Amino acid sequence: MEEKDNNLFPETEEFNPMAETEGVAPIEEGEKPLDRNVRLMSPGRMVARRFFRSKLSIIGLVMILALLLFCWFGPVFYSRWDERIPDSNGQIEYNYKTFQVEAADGTTYEVRQVIEVRKGTNTFAPPGPDHLLGTDDSGLDVFVRLMYGGRVSLSISFIAVFAITIIGVILGGIAGYFGGWVDNVIMRLCDILMCLPGLPILLILGSILDAMEVPGESRIYYLMIFLTIFSWAGTARLVRGQILFLREQEYMVAAEAMGFSTSRKIFKHLVPNVLPQLIVSMTLSLGSMILYEASLSYLGLGTQAPNASWGTMVNLTNNEDILRNYFNIWGPPGICIIIAVLGFNFVGDGLRDALDPKMRR
Amino acid sequence: MLKYILKRLGLSVLILIGVSLIVYILIRCMPVSFVESKIAAMNQGGVQVPKETVDAMYEMYGLADSSFLGILKGYGSWLNALLHFDLGQSFVYGDSVLNVIVEHMGVSFAIAFIAIIFEYLIAIPLGVTAATHQYSVRDYVVTIIVMVGISLPSFFFARVLQNVFALKLGWFPSAGMENTAAGYKGIFRLLDQLKHIALPLIAMVILSIGGTMRYMRTNMLEVLNSDYIRTARAKGLKESKVIYKHAFRNTMIPIVTMMAGILPTLFSGAMITEQIFDLPGIGNVALKATVSADIPFIMGYNMFLAILSVVGVLLSDLMYMVVDPRVKLA
Repeated sequence: MEEKDNNLFPETEEFNPMAETEGVAPIEEGEKPLDRNVRLMSPGRMVARRFFRSKLSIIGLVMILALLLFCWFGPVFYSRWDERIPDSNGQIEYNYKTFQVEAADGTTYEVRQVIEVRKGTNTFAPPGPDHLLGTDDSGLDVFVRLMYGGRVSLSISFIAVFAITIIGVILGGIAGYFGGWVDNVIMRLCDILMCLPGLPILLILGSILDAMEVPGESRIYYLMIFLTIFSWAGTARLVRGQILFLREQEYMVAAEAMGFSTSRKIFKHLVPNVLPQLIVSMTLSLGSMILYEASLSYLGLGTQAPNASWGTMVNLTNNEDILRNYFNIWGPPGICIIIAVLGFNFVGDGLRDALDPKMRR
Repeated sequence: MLKYILKRLGLSVLILIGVSLIVYILIRCMPVSFVESKIAAMNQGGVQVPKETVDAMYEMYGLADSSFLGILKGYGSWLNALLHFDLGQSFVYGDSVLNVIVEHMGVSFAIAFIAIIFEYLIAIPLGVTAATHQYSVRDYVVTIIVMVGISLPSFFFARVLQNVFALKLGWFPSAGMENTAAGYKGIFRLLDQLKHIALPLIAMVILSIGGTMRYMRTNMLEVLNSDYIRTARAKGLKESKVIYKHAFRNTMIPIVTMMAGILPTLFSGAMITEQIFDLPGIGNVALKATVSADIPFIMGYNMFLAILSVVGVLLSDLMYMVVDPRVKLA
């Protein structure tokens, strides 16, 4: 973003002892030696510098770290309420019934019977010191569910993205390296998977899980496994395209001449060169995975109440009363989803700019 | 050219067979008892599913026989019926699946089409200015809009819109397609409908504008870095002429191909947005059908979507050749 100078070696003042070697010509007065003008940086450090120069990527990183800390360390420090146990200290409500009683002298009295109702659970509590964000329709603390829900949403997305990447790299690598009929079969499979409608298929799978009576807390894991099986095609195409290009490079000819084994050529020489693009696409797809998980849970297919996930919490808006009057119940989870996805997108964009200076947007 | 198109068509048929096989196998994973109980529940809940329809479905999908051969036979008979444009009877809607799809896809298409016009009208100028003023405040603003647009969860954003503009401010109706109770006629009916679809439109435009804007910006940047732009500038042309005559026309190549690819998918419906605003579009219909295990409809709808996306890919590839003559047939 802020890139004004594209000089990869902007530092001129610093002195680098590594750069000084024996037998350098004597330095004349007032002249700076060439090797003092340059500073050696490893590629990794250069990437890090470029990454941290962009404000948006730092903001993204902070957002993600904050969410991770909130979700994983939050419940450790704030254990007043639990994810699934409702607050049973309901308020006391007073009602009365009126009776007409006729006394012995003939006058009628109106007698009111006061009925004290202790509500079993503290539902729809407003935000306050007891419940930081109030409670929902079944008396569960929203703030605490936010943390537990985040654990589910974030960890599932991480696992799914890693699985997709592994499958994509292996199949894309094989297709790109070997070519021929292997390539053809794998790529046609990719075509088919790319044409499968995502959400409707998951809806079918959801009703299959219904039919098999899978318990509510493990449904989302099954669904994400299916999602992984259906979404590696994009990664495989990316890897294949890169490998087709890299295969023709001189260093691969050299590797061939050295007589390296096939697996060494693929995993030691080709895959590391695909890594930059792969890391970028992984970060960006983390964002979309979170959205996917949230949408599934929102539609009631993923995590189901009383287990928390951000999507499930927004699902309560199907009740119009909650939608209209209780933003404190469904607003925060939605905002958390936005923060998470935005964070990953910022970081992914920053990484793309940092890893591949040619591809700078 | 013709040979290329024929080859692509053949490939598309192959892809469709693959997709249908996957969908069919998935549907066969549903236990028969589950289907029976769902049908029974529907019969109790007021929706009458005639016995013949259920029998026809069992025959068409071969549901009773779950041996390997039985599954193959079921798939064969389904494929055979498909070739006769028979997708079976929907349970929930009591009509043939094809009719239900045709009836409801119009609404989805209309909304999506209006949304996409607005989307391009906003995204193209903003993307171009962001690229021509790279690293300026404008660019920064566009980047942030892009980011927010692609990061918003559709269901949450739609709910927020509904809450603020329909329930709190009362500017727009919160759900439905038209006010049938008022009995508007002619132009008033159209206006009423427009008022009803305003919020879903806004939601769809904002949710999809980010990607288009980013695409536009990247393309424009790429074109601006090319040699002929440098030549145009070296000739001493006005900057406005360089940008709008030389650069802009060339950025339209990928945009036009993308539009051709998107066009068929406009019929597929936006499931979540339609569900939230309770529109009678095809996405909402499909969602309801899936929840009640309406197998014929699910199968038909998924095939419909697959066909749309195959046609989209095909169209965009063909369009690419039409717009850019340098592309050689592969």
